[in-house]
Amino acid sequence: MNYLNENIDSLNKKLASGDLSADKLAQDTVANIKDTDKKLNAWITVVDDAKPAENLDFSKSKLAGIPIAIKDNIITNGIKTTAASHMLYNYMPMYDATVVSKLKKAGATFVGKTNMDEFAMGSSTEHSYYGATHNPWNLDKVPGGSSGGSAAAVAGGQVVAALGSDTGGSIRQPAAFNGIFGIKPTYGRVSRWGLIAFGSSLDQIGVMTKRVKDSAEVLNVIAGADEHDSTVSTREVPDFTKFIGQDVKGLRVAVPKEYMEAVDGKMREVIQKQIDALKDAGAIINEVSLPHTKYVVPDYYIIASSEASSNLQRYDGIRYGYRAEDTKNLLDVYVKSRSEGFGAEVKRRIMLGSFALSAGSYDRFFRQAAKVRTLICDDFDKIFAENDVIVGPTTTEPAFGIGEEVSDPIKMYNNDILTISANLAGIPAASVPAGLVDGMPVGLQIMAKRFDEGNVFKTADFIERSNKFYEKTPTGMED
Amino acid sequence: MNFKSTIGLEVHFELKTKSKIFSPSPVTYGAEQNTETNVIDWAMPGTLPMVNKNVYRLGIMVAIATHAHILPTTHFDRKNYFYPDNPKAYQITQFFQPLARDGYIEVEVRGKKKRIGIHEMHIEEDAGKNTHGTNGFSYVDLNRQGVPLLEVVSEPDMEDPEEAYAYLEKLRKIVQFTGASDVKMEEGSMRVDTNISIRPAGQKELGTKVEMKNLNSFDHVRRSLAYEEKRQEQVLLAGGHIQLSTRRFDEATGKTVLERVKEGASDYRYFPEPDIAPDHISQEWIDQIAKELPKSPFDRYDDYVNKFGLKPYDANVLLQTKESSDFFDAAVAAGADPTLAANWMNTQVNGYLNDHRVSLNDIKLTPEHLAEMIKLIKDGTISSKIAKKVFAETIANGTDPKKYVEDNGMVQLSDTSVLAPMVKKVVDDNPQSVEDFKNGKDRAIGFLVGQIMKQTRGKANPKMVNKLLNQELQSR
Amino acid sequence: MEITKDTIKHVATLSRLAFNEEELDKFTDQMGSIINMADQLSEVDTEGVEETVQVVDRDTVFREDKPEHWQGQNRETLMANVPEKANGYIKVPVIINKDEDE
Repeated sequence: MNYLNENIDSLNKKLASGDLSADKLAQDTVANIKDTDKKLNAWITVVDDAKPAENLDFSKSKLAGIPIAIKDNIITNGIKTTAASHMLYNYMPMYDATVVSKLKKAGATFVGKTNMDEFAMGSSTEHSYYGATHNPWNLDKVPGGSSGGSAAAVAGGQVVAALGSDTGGSIRQPAAFNGIFGIKPTYGRVSRWGLIAFGSSLDQIGVMTKRVKDSAEVLNVIAGADEHDSTVSTREVPDFTKFIGQDVKGLRVAVPKEYMEAVDGKMREVIQKQIDALKDAGAIINEVSLPHTKYVVPDYYIIASSEASSNLQRYDGIRYGYRAEDTKNLLDVYVKSRSEGFGAEVKRRIMLGSFALSAGSYDRFFRQAAKVRTLICDDFDKIFAENDVIVGPTTTEPAFGIGEEVSDPIKMYNNDILTISANLAGIPAASVPAGLVDGMPVGLQIMAKRFDEGNVFKTADFIERSNKFYEKTPTGMED
Repeated sequence: MNFKSTIGLEVHFELKTKSKIFSPSPVTYGAEQNTETNVIDWAMPGTLPMVNKNVYRLGIMVAIATHAHILPTTHFDRKNYFYPDNPKAYQITQFFQPLARDGYIEVEVRGKKKRIGIHEMHIEEDAGKNTHGTNGFSYVDLNRQGVPLLEVVSEPDMEDPEEAYAYLEKLRKIVQFTGASDVKMEEGSMRVDTNISIRPAGQKELGTKVEMKNLNSFDHVRRSLAYEEKRQEQVLLAGGHIQLSTRRFDEATGKTVLERVKEGASDYRYFPEPDIAPDHISQEWIDQIAKELPKSPFDRYDDYVNKFGLKPYDANVLLQTKESSDFFDAAVAAGADPTLAANWMNTQVNGYLNDHRVSLNDIKLTPEHLAEMIKLIKDGTISSKIAKKVFAETIANGTDPKKYVEDNGMVQLSDTSVLAPMVKKVVDDNPQSVEDFKNGKDRAIGFLVGQIMKQTRGKANPKMVNKLLNQELQSR
Repeated sequence: MEITKDTIKHVATLSRLAFNEEELDKFTDQMGSIINMADQLSEVDTEGVEETVQVVDRDTVFREDKPEHWQGQNRETLMANVPEKANGYIKVPVIINKDEDE
């Protein structure tokens, strides 16, 4: 069973009518993952005997009996959760993330945990203790990251929907690289309880699916207030599926010139085509400027790394996770466990963060970054005062080759320039497939003001209907 | 050369909540290791803090009681350091925007009043507990991890150990009477760190600070500061330098011992805690808490001495703990005569507590029962001799005094129509006593009273018997 | 801004990480360029600009002071991942000094 031509509605119909049993769907899904993952390496843990929940009601819950992939930095009670790190290679949680509890309640089936960059730090899923994931469109290319496993699993037809997390583009960039839809909701829309923290003021759990409407279905389930997370909004959650199938006439669309200038001619052409389609359908297109764009990369790397340096201090070899052998004293336990348990990229970020927070650096780095963050937020506020959405390319280029950029961290960091602003400003942002460049997918990014996921879905759904990218099959999955 | 001392104190109070500051795990004293914990206390991956409202409430009470300015917006921050009892490897505290600033308390030392400033106070979480084994290992218990603390940081306003002692006494009393903390140093619900520097008189610039941590009594605070004053003076007089350092008080020798020298400030990499949204403290909330704030020990003293007419000494004994003062207030509210209630509290009740090594919370006596018993004494229903029996029963078994007196026929006999014939008879039966009385022997009356008491099994009202006997004897 | 090997060593100590000499050289280089990239922020005029450390739309919602034990979380389940334990305690090599190297 693969999901290349399925969506949540089509599966729900088959399950409700009895043409397909949830048990068989679970078994076939696992079998297909095991088969196709030899190519993709999209999974860290597969639940061999995955079983659907009991007492499924297909008329009440669209997700009843539907297998959903969970990124391996989201805590699952009784299913090993590693964050793709040697540090947590044996970690067995004893509680569920809020999003997992909510999916359980909705009757989703849990088939396993997907590969990622270690602790979500990276944009290629090469920084995983469990090896790199391959892009279903070209197995020699990266799937992006850090939610590369979730993206490849959806694009490769292993599941219909996957959860990812996005701290600086970790859902949108892999969605773009794999020709699928991925949404990072507003910061505070989805509870972070049970999400292994990277940059706490930036992290947000989101959804990756082939079809836009499917993400709306899943987000409907996982969004909303949670007593375990005091940064989650208590606002009412709208039914996001009602934004599907609407027209875009009169929609005010801002196109930042800095974003369009960041990509080459071939890519700009594909993106421009999507903007033209919006215009043809009656949307109002405005060229705008995000003047602080050149500072978002340093700003983001200081803030995210500072928070990460503190968040990752709990991994010390004492209470859980990797513990080095041959230690002479306590300091040894700390230093050896951490030096052996963390990969190079994680160590780089911890070092940068510790530096930015250390005595003598705090004002110049952390405090200054927090102030520049305010200016970046102000840029967005100004644009959203006169526009409903911002659109532009999701990434500066299509997927690169495995091993091509892994040794040049600064180049890798600069790739995130188009996605990280949305995390700094806490606004919702998504990537929807725009087309192919040299045979690889590229994405159109759509952002809206805080808690306005509705306009993101509306715009993305329009693009999906206009270019019908979902009809294409990933070239790497053909035998 | 004359030297001036500059002393500052940092006092941690465990706030008296039912659950921890960032997790709902119960706060209990002496539970079995690692049983009062959950995934938050363990810093399991993916967990987040959830702020306990009562921690703020209790902190605000202390801030109000010490005249501190409560900040309209507070925010938690992270203090980063590795230690096995600190599972997140950061402590959530308030560094940039504490709960309150600029408070003060007034102390009186050697008859002189002085105001000592409170620089700031903030709320934070306690760490777990390490027990050091002798086998090269330590053992970590996380039950205490996340117990709420209030840290009160004084200004360096104290100039000698006596002032520091007076400040601590006063601060403890204030905090105790807010009900925010148990303030028991022996159980760690109050912990004191001090710092002291000295400088030649006339010099403006402060000397180098020496810190002393975890002093376990006020007396140790005073003695260690006095020792440090002398020691630092000798070092400076000998031409030496004071090192920025932490020292420990050795109670056996009465000396302070160097623990470690600090090289520059520790690098705790403080930054705002991103997992907790800011807390806005509204004036309405502060006003509401001010209304709930229990009466201060100073206002109570005023009431006891000026309104109830108690002796200052008795008032102070009652005010030694909030529990005893509350108990007394409740007894008076239930109708007890204040002077009698104070006497009973300070002698019989305290005696019982000392003998049985228990506290007021552990005994069966209620303020209402104490008040009832005192009423029975006052209206002559029982004698004070009987009262002691009643008290013993009530405090041991919680028996209602009135019912106990009635059930056991202990009501005092004051009825003249019953007593007069008895008196007449006892005088008739003892002619010798009449002789003795006439000859001025007072002893005679005592003998006759004893006879009456014997006949009534101690229930006769002794005053009444005396009066009747005098009348009878004089008439003969 | 020049990043020296000593700075990197100090930050590594704070972070409880160790690098051998070869790694240290490489790291000093790499961190130097990353920090200089980050230092571009110094050129932004932030005079009078407030700091943004969170983007939340509400105050903290307080939890009521109700003690509870969470289902499925007892000493045994919580300690299941502990590498070394004894008698209901987490066992660690003896602690010599709290600020061993700060």
